[in-house]
Amino acid sequence: MIKFDRVSKTYPGGQQALQQVDFHIEPGEMAFLTGHSGAGKSTILKLISLMARPSVGNVLINGHNLNDIKLSQVPYIRRDIGMIFQSHQLLMDKTVFDNVALPLVIEGYSRKQIQKRVSAALDMVGLLHKIQQLPLALSGGEQQRVGIARAVVNRPPLLLADEPTGNLDPKLSMEIMQLFEDFNQAGVSVFVATHDLGLIARMKYRTLTIKQGRMIDDGLNDQQDPLAEAPDLHDPNMPPVTKLPPKYTS
Amino acid sequence: MSLLFNGRTGDKTTRRVGFFQRVVMGGINHLRQALASLGELWRSPLATFMTIGVLGLSITLPSTLYLMVKNTEKVTAGWEEAGEISLYLQSGTTEQQAKQLLVAVSLMTSKIDDARLIPPDIALEEFETLSGLGDSLAYLDKNPLPYVLLITPKAEYLQPEPARRLLKELEQQSVVDFGKLDIEWLEKLYAIVSIAKDIVWIVAILLCVSVVLIIGNTIRLNILSQREEIAVMKLVGATDNFIRFPFLYTGFWYGFLGGLLAWMLVAFLLWWIQSGVENLAGLYQAEFTISGLDMQALGVILLISISLGLIGSLISVQKHIKEIEPS
Ligand SMILES: Nc1ncnc2c1ncn2[C@@H]1O[C@H](COP(=O)(O)OP(=O)(O)OP(=O)(O)O)[C@@H](O)[C@H]1O
Ligand SMILES: [Mg+2]
Repeated sequence: MIKFDRVSKTYPGGQQALQQVDFHIEPGEMAFLTGHSGAGKSTILKLISLMARPSVGNVLINGHNLNDIKLSQVPYIRRDIGMIFQSHQLLMDKTVFDNVALPLVIEGYSRKQIQKRVSAALDMVGLLHKIQQLPLALSGGEQQRVGIARAVVNRPPLLLADEPTGNLDPKLSMEIMQLFEDFNQAGVSVFVATHDLGLIARMKYRTLTIKQGRMIDDGLNDQQDPLAEAPDLHDPNMPPVTKLPPKYTS
Repeated sequence: MSLLFNGRTGDKTTRRVGFFQRVVMGGINHLRQALASLGELWRSPLATFMTIGVLGLSITLPSTLYLMVKNTEKVTAGWEEAGEISLYLQSGTTEQQAKQLLVAVSLMTSKIDDARLIPPDIALEEFETLSGLGDSLAYLDKNPLPYVLLITPKAEYLQPEPARRLLKELEQQSVVDFGKLDIEWLEKLYAIVSIAKDIVWIVAILLCVSVVLIIGNTIRLNILSQREEIAVMKLVGATDNFIRFPFLYTGFWYGFLGGLLAWMLVAFLLWWIQSGVENLAGLYQAEFTISGLDMQALGVILLISISLGLIGSLISVQKHIKEIEPS
């Protein structure tokens, strides 16, 4: 699903954020990306969502090289990727409904379908009762969940999250991770950057570790860390998961 | 329409709508966006009113000047038809020669409607009564006035150019000293009007440019104040076009409202001037109403101001929306 092929990224100004990064995440897989602050986690996610371009090397999604994507095609790529940010990136003067509806409005869905899907997405994150509120009237965790609802409302095949639990308490963090797990069970590839190692340890998914711009562990060949083992469920050779969680089907 | 995932829309056809429905929905969406942009303007009424005021005033000036030039043309167009040619005969021409000329000229029926001979003594009498000099003219020992032939050309020869040709032809006749077209002063007026017209054009172009700049700058400020919203929209897959439209509609509304205001101001100004014009016309025993501010003028003003609004916003949007990228 996501393939990095010897990717280096040097920011304008000379800051080398990534060096020769190589990894591959299979379709339907759920994986974590971890590392110190400044290691390059956000940079990797930005390269996938075309918020930045690699200086050297290729990034491929579903076999398509992102270097071949023209500037005018970028919006269409982003529609296939659900993105969740630590700073929720919500429109503060629009209601929760309007925020979650945004990707659907952009894609030109009908009013009725938007209504239905936004309700379903908000129900999934447990915020249906706040649908007409402004984001300012929500807590940090609730804002984060609105961001998640927006990311999944058009059912993208790929979900990226950058520190999605950064300012949440452990219980809420766990709930959000379980939400991601649900999406993953529905067939969505999920890639989460976080330095919440405790959370990762409890989740038992593949974990990629990056240090100072280099991939020091891609979570596949490392036998010493049993917690980082990918569960069988996500064996790339398995047929795609077909069981959908009830809330993701409407 | 997924670039990365072939089947992504394919197996979700039920969620997509048909082409025709999409077109209808697109239309409704645009209407909704247009109204939303109008609502957005309404949310900061003072700023909006000031912008529209500036636009309205900028459009008012050239519109008013244009209408005045137009009206001058209308007035002079009426005068042009009254062209007459006066042929002054050489002094010392006898009555016989003058009458021969009258007959000769009258025979040019293809070009001339009417010819009238005014002998010097009648002319002098007329002059006495009109000038009020009366008795003082009696001191002249000899009538200084020549024979004059007043000629009304046919309609085709009333326009300045053909009239001038006819005049040349008539001047070729014997005993004619010189001829005068009574539209000469009109041509001087035309020259002045044409300078005025040039000035109107220059002023109009300058003010139109300033309208474009004002709207462009206003839209630029709008875009910059919504920098974050735009970045978020791009983040969730909005195309530049999608982001552009609300701003283009804002430019449209600025143009529309500015044009409307200009039209009202022009109407007011014309009403104001009208009484003065009536006074003046009264002095000439004429009746004259300033015209031109009809529905067509409204249409033209609106069309121009809306175009200017769209051009201004288009320039701004083209430049600034590209610059905003999520990071
Ligand atoms: N826009 C930018 N311009 C210049 N340098 C940048 C830019 N963004 C990131 N960097 C640099 O690239 C390196 C990697 O940054 P990145 O944001 O990927 O780290 P991170 O792993 O996400 O850190 P954190 O956990 O704090 O979010 C850092 O040293 C940072 O200073
Ligand atoms: Mg980061």
